[in-house]
Amino acid sequence: MAMMRYAEALNAALREEMQADASVFLFGEDIGRYGGVFKVTKGLMEEFGELRVRDTPISEQAMTAMAVTAAMTGTRPVLEIMYADFVPLSLDALINQASIYEYIWNGQVRMPFVLRTQGGGGAGAGAQHSKSLDSMLAHVPGIKVVAPVTPADAKGMLKSAIRDSQPVVFLEHKLLYNTRGEVPEDADFTVPLGKAATRREGRDVSIFATSRMVLEALKAADALEKDGISAEVIDLRSLRPLDVESIATSIARTNHAVVVNEGWNFCGYAAELSATIMDRCFDDLDAPVARVTLPDMPVPYSEPLEMAVLPDAGKIRDAVLRVVK
Amino acid sequence: MKNAPSIEEHVEMYRKMIVVRRLEEGLGRLHKEGKTRGPIHRCDGQEAVGVAATAVLRDGDKLTSTHRGHAHYIGKGLDVYPVIAEIFGRATGSCAGRAGHMLIADAEKGLIGGNAIVGAGIPAATGMALSMQVLGRKDVAMCIFGDGAAQTGICHEAMNMAALWKLPVVFVLEHNQFGLTVPSSVQSPVADLSIRAAGYNMPAEIVDGNDAVAVYRAVANMVDRARQGLGPGLIEAKTYRWEGFSTSDMGGYQTPEDIAAWKARDPIRISYDALKNEVGAAALDEIEREAGAEVAAAFAKALSDPFPAFAVPSAYAAYSGAL
Ligand SMILES: Cc1ncc(C[n+]2csc(CCOP(=O)(O)OP(=O)(O)O)c2C)c(N)n1
Ligand SMILES: [Mg+2]
Repeated sequence: MAMMRYAEALNAALREEMQADASVFLFGEDIGRYGGVFKVTKGLMEEFGELRVRDTPISEQAMTAMAVTAAMTGTRPVLEIMYADFVPLSLDALINQASIYEYIWNGQVRMPFVLRTQGGGGAGAGAQHSKSLDSMLAHVPGIKVVAPVTPADAKGMLKSAIRDSQPVVFLEHKLLYNTRGEVPEDADFTVPLGKAATRREGRDVSIFATSRMVLEALKAADALEKDGISAEVIDLRSLRPLDVESIATSIARTNHAVVVNEGWNFCGYAAELSATIMDRCFDDLDAPVARVTLPDMPVPYSEPLEMAVLPDAGKIRDAVLRVVK
Repeated sequence: MKNAPSIEEHVEMYRKMIVVRRLEEGLGRLHKEGKTRGPIHRCDGQEAVGVAATAVLRDGDKLTSTHRGHAHYIGKGLDVYPVIAEIFGRATGSCAGRAGHMLIADAEKGLIGGNAIVGAGIPAATGMALSMQVLGRKDVAMCIFGDGAAQTGICHEAMNMAALWKLPVVFVLEHNQFGLTVPSSVQSPVADLSIRAAGYNMPAEIVDGNDAVAVYRAVANMVDRARQGLGPGLIEAKTYRWEGFSTSDMGGYQTPEDIAAWKARDPIRISYDALKNEVGAAALDEIEREAGAEVAAAFAKALSDPFPAFAVPSAYAAYSGAL
């Protein structure tokens, strides 16, 4: 184990996978010489050369389309799209290309690529650099979507994503890069995709959260303890496939559910979670599911405005109090 | 002449062009009888581009195609029977009926694949070339795309990266004068789109797209360069599609004079005339008869093949949480 920042954990995952497999290569804007705007790829061009670590022009549409077919023809590309806000430029490649071929070509091709990007608000980056487009991506059958929150998961899940035989969108969060945690140094360490993680056990309510919202949910759970409420916090680190079993098991014990996602409310990931919980856990619920999300509006720039719209521990606590009252 | 096809290669191109023509004519007939499903994009009159460009390639080379890909499919070595079966949605089709006429792929033959998002094949081939460069393979990727596709933004992004990184990809622009129904002059301020290659420091050549030998030679030069690691090239093959945009096209925007002028330059006729003295008219007529019989038999067999059974697609199981 080593104490590492989230960004360093990702860097270690990339380095180990590139050492282990010569078909793994990286491309993205400013990822080479500069080491990436969040320093995730620092030192990798020096170590692996310009053939395998490429600085690209500003060409998200083509880059994503190229990752799909490079993967189809024998490599394991890891593409960095600097901000999740730019992923809409990648959508044709994801929705019309990557997600369909394994099926329509009857298993003739596999597309083992990873699209790494980072989203979320809280950094004063404004309406075009603060989005969480989780639901838009998780909507598409044929693409896995994961969002690790701990440095250990960042490393273990990125390694799994690179080794996966299918397209994986790997969502990071700009406010997580400097968070620290213990990370296994073993090159064989991986964290499987598709499994949720219980971050805190509780009896009275289950809080299901994604990405950085898991940290807010944990803060809320601390506060709720003083309110006399025991909250369970489940990290939905795999958005698709979703670990429905873990959700159902938790609700069977707590009978209350709050879902938290930093994306928009309408047609959002939290809406999907609510519907899934209703489909699967209706008889176990003592109250309707509550959603905590971004309001349906752009993320404002000014700090008090931005803080007002972002879901946080206080808003999660309020939602829990409504649900368990 | 450098990179000219051998007589045998030219004869094979001639044969494949006839296979494609009979395929297109058969589809036209079946459409009139109401037996086709969805739009079908015929390439009558422009067969030489797809057939000759792909004749240069080896099995390990990759090809991306378009919504109008029948000549590309046959050129890259697919048999006509599974292609027809796919067009009619049969279990015996190239993709077991899952893909349909615009999206056919045969990974073993290097066709991956048809694409109905205009422009999408351009970065797709470029990505395959990137993979070849990373792996140090000697294969090349080829993208055949239309004059309409050349106007997409992604075309610029892909060609810029291809040239910047000297990727082994050859761009074959099949300039048939029209986007969907709009003439090229309404889509671009320049008549010769290949002048854009200069902006990428990429070699380009304009060829008569109805002359299989000319297409073959020009493409072969670019493929040679790409295989040697010298980077991409662009061939602009000027041609014309005789039929409408698709079987759903109401027509009316192509002048009878233009169609007649281009029909007088039928690519199959041009190859026939060039080969007549080499192999004799009798041999060519026999090839035409055999090719026609092959396509007719393929239609007959494919049309009596079973449809696939539906099953929940296992390819997607991994993406869903079990409910
Ligand atoms: C992204 C996208 N936009 C529009 C269309 C509709 N469309 C299909 S084919 C076509 C024209 C394409 O022209 P060109 O590339 O010259 O190919 P051609 O049909 O002449 O072979 C259009 C506009 C599409 N399929 N994809
Ligand atoms: Mg055209």
